[in-house]
Amino acid sequence: MSTSAKTRIVGAPVPRKEGVDKLLGRARYVDDIERQGMIHGATVRSTIPRGFILSISFERRIDWTEFTVVTAADIPGKNQIHLIAADQPCLADEKVNHCDEAILLIAHADKHKLREAVNAVHIEYDPLPPIFTMEESERQDVIVWGADNLLKSFLLEKGDVDSVWDSAAHIVEGTYRTGAQEHLYIENNGVIAESNAETGITVWGSLQCPFYVHKSLLSIFDLPEDKVRVIQTETGGAFGGKEDYPSILAAHAALLAHKSGHPVKMVYDRMEDLAATTKRHPSRVRHRTALDKDGKLLAMDIDLATDGGAYSTLSSTVLSRATLHASGPYVCPNVRVRSHSWATNTVPYGAFRGFGAPQAIFAIERHMDEIAAAVGIDPIELRRRNFLHDGDTTATEQVMREPVILDRLLDRALAESDYHTRRARFALENPASAVKRGMGISAFYHGSGFTGSGERYLNSLAGVDLTPEGKVRVLVSSTEFGQGTNTMLAQIAAEAIGIGYDDVNLAPIDTGIVPNSGPTVASRTSLVVGRLIERAGLQLVAMLREHAFLGEHFTPEEFFAACERYRDNHGKVESMCRYEAPPGIFWDDQKYRGEAYPAFAWSIQVAQVAVDTVTYSAEVEEFWAVQEVGRVIHPVLAGGQIEGGIAQGIGYALYEKVVLENGHMANNQMTNYIMPTAEDVPPIHIFFEEAPLRFGAFGAKGIGELPHDGPAPAILNAIKDATGIGFHAIPLLPEDLFTELAARQELVEIAAI
Amino acid sequence: MSRLPTIRFTVNGKPCAVQVPPMKRLLDVLREDLRLTGSKEGCGEGECGSCSVIVNGELVNSCLLPVLQAEGATIQTVEGLANNGQLHPLQQAFLACGGAQCGICTPGMLMAASHLLEVNPHPSLADIREGLAGNLCRCTGFVRIFESVVPAAAARLTPSSGIQEKEPAAHAR
Repeated sequence: MSTSAKTRIVGAPVPRKEGVDKLLGRARYVDDIERQGMIHGATVRSTIPRGFILSISFERRIDWTEFTVVTAADIPGKNQIHLIAADQPCLADEKVNHCDEAILLIAHADKHKLREAVNAVHIEYDPLPPIFTMEESERQDVIVWGADNLLKSFLLEKGDVDSVWDSAAHIVEGTYRTGAQEHLYIENNGVIAESNAETGITVWGSLQCPFYVHKSLLSIFDLPEDKVRVIQTETGGAFGGKEDYPSILAAHAALLAHKSGHPVKMVYDRMEDLAATTKRHPSRVRHRTALDKDGKLLAMDIDLATDGGAYSTLSSTVLSRATLHASGPYVCPNVRVRSHSWATNTVPYGAFRGFGAPQAIFAIERHMDEIAAAVGIDPIELRRRNFLHDGDTTATEQVMREPVILDRLLDRALAESDYHTRRARFALENPASAVKRGMGISAFYHGSGFTGSGERYLNSLAGVDLTPEGKVRVLVSSTEFGQGTNTMLAQIAAEAIGIGYDDVNLAPIDTGIVPNSGPTVASRTSLVVGRLIERAGLQLVAMLREHAFLGEHFTPEEFFAACERYRDNHGKVESMCRYEAPPGIFWDDQKYRGEAYPAFAWSIQVAQVAVDTVTYSAEVEEFWAVQEVGRVIHPVLAGGQIEGGIAQGIGYALYEKVVLENGHMANNQMTNYIMPTAEDVPPIHIFFEEAPLRFGAFGAKGIGELPHDGPAPAILNAIKDATGIGFHAIPLLPEDLFTELAARQELVEIAAI
Repeated sequence: MSRLPTIRFTVNGKPCAVQVPPMKRLLDVLREDLRLTGSKEGCGEGECGSCSVIVNGELVNSCLLPVLQAEGATIQTVEGLANNGQLHPLQQAFLACGGAQCGICTPGMLMAASHLLEVNPHPSLADIREGLAGNLCRCTGFVRIFESVVPAAAARLTPSSGIQEKEPAAHAR
């Protein structure tokens, strides 16, 4: 509909809605908020990875009458965090299943007294044997979860993979591994909770999904819906790390508030946040691929496994997205993906930008370069021969009904990066240089929105209304945590209605005020929620035309005058819309067949990498990203999403390593968990090719997760181009480069003798 | 309890006196005692720079400074950057160029950038990278932060330039 229309506000770089507050330092993050009579909470955590709790004792040197102490016995409702399954307790009772699991909570008015008190609580355990790797979990010698350690599995089959091996010209196998990754939002997790006999529980917090927290609190406190209220405070980064964890922290603070009668603030310091909260799932992907003599894919047999940690949390949905991205943006008649998520005795792994896709895409995109080398085809040409096109079907047999412009993206990426010229030059220069340079590429899609039937189950509701001050207000539970939700939704509302950007504001994210427009995850906000706001805006205009004499063409003044007339006659001005699936959507959740996603965003990324064979450091020198995300709603915000995602992807590939010792994160400080700094991020060149989607808001698809999917394989492919060595695991640190490169150099030296 | 010493300093041009434990972190004094919550704590160990303030012309991680060391000092925080409601050129540029996303590193980043322009009014891209290397941003990938510092440097030297308008130049209609 409006996708091809000229727009005034959609596509324009309007200022960020909450930007001035952030720049003046007056935006209120949770730790900036004080409540009357507020006290502070802290958590006593398990120091062993697995075992029974035998006793809890309190050192006498502390005057415990000054403290509020909460254990599992104080939970009024169910001791479980409500997410997908209900296996994770709010507070460990009887048994712990990972290090740093919360057992007991304390609160005191003086936050400086908390640390000593936490250390004065002693827990005696009867330890049980723990397991820390998915390989141990698969062996099932020790069962730590359910009957078999298996959190979730999927089987996706297209065609008949096993019929192809005998006739294939080439069969290429490879195994690829990815490590855990920490979100490292700069604002740690934090909440404030109040409990009141009349109004129930109120929580303010740094969070992505207010209604997840709301739902979880209902069952923990056994309260009706209107007795729990969750309010998002300004949120200093999230990246998935504040999707599920705030449900736990909010429950803890609320339990302390409930027992003490005071508002309770709990804000983690960095060490606690790193040790106790979720990370990206580690993965292992095995590929076995058959090709014909021309390098066309005949069969892909993929075995994908993730380490889910001690409780199931979001592992099933992360595994689902990994499964659905495992075969890449390629057409192949026979595909089998077997995927499993295994329990271990570590902090549960959770949502992180990309949500399983970066792991799966690392494997397929590294594997494509290994295939190219084995078959003797240029990696670019191999990809081009196998790209999906309009009308092709994916591994789930989803027909590509919207335009697929991978070839155009690839051509642009090659031209902008001067790929072939640079690659040829490096090939000439490298033999005589200690610094080896190379170019690497990755090609991928990212499915926008919830998987399969997910959006229909979510059944999101969103809309607009008119404030008493006569401004249009966007009503959503979709949260701003840096991506630009506020700005983008205000643009869409203003554009759809035909008023100015400044005429639109956002309602506070408060479950007592806004409807449930679903969680702010899965690259769904611009596609799904944006579309609801576009529809609600158009519906409002139609309503005013019908009932309040709004003309065919109108000025903002005439619009607001019509709103007033409508309000005088009907009490309030409000236009709400509920999710409607695009027509012709079919998804079989059992067979994993059909329309896996309502839309796909596409990207080609190119990395230029220099490997220093003296220091064994690898440096990304330049990076190019060409993407198609449908209509770009805001060029500055969209660019910022791509660059930020790429920087995180560079960290994922080359810097960021979670070191576990006996199941506890040993490097839980910013000093030794290393993310890219201002001096590490290379020049990043970004280009958008627009192919507006019929069913997105003004043609928009999802954008937030896409850029994180590609850097790791592009960088490791560039390292292979530079050094001739195909590395199969990330993070790839200098010590890993040293191990391989030094071994090769030794061989060369031996050969020279 | 022994009597707490009175420690005096100037914050954003205003004289302040606080009676707090002398080893209390400057960051906590700013946030808790003076209610200047613009400066943020990201790591508590001087790695992330979210708590950056300027003390006697030096860029300082206020999470590492015991307040007694600030006795008599002149301190600038993000709250003092704007002038009578008029955004500082850096704030204008961050708004127009997308230098702030989630905003939690922004106060510290602005102070680091402000300090950089103070000591080096014409920074090269390499100077900007180095000058901001002590401040971590997880959202932007830094690209748009660098791009914000460039026009701010120009605007700072020519106060009548377009970026001084109340609404950023990029506010298209």
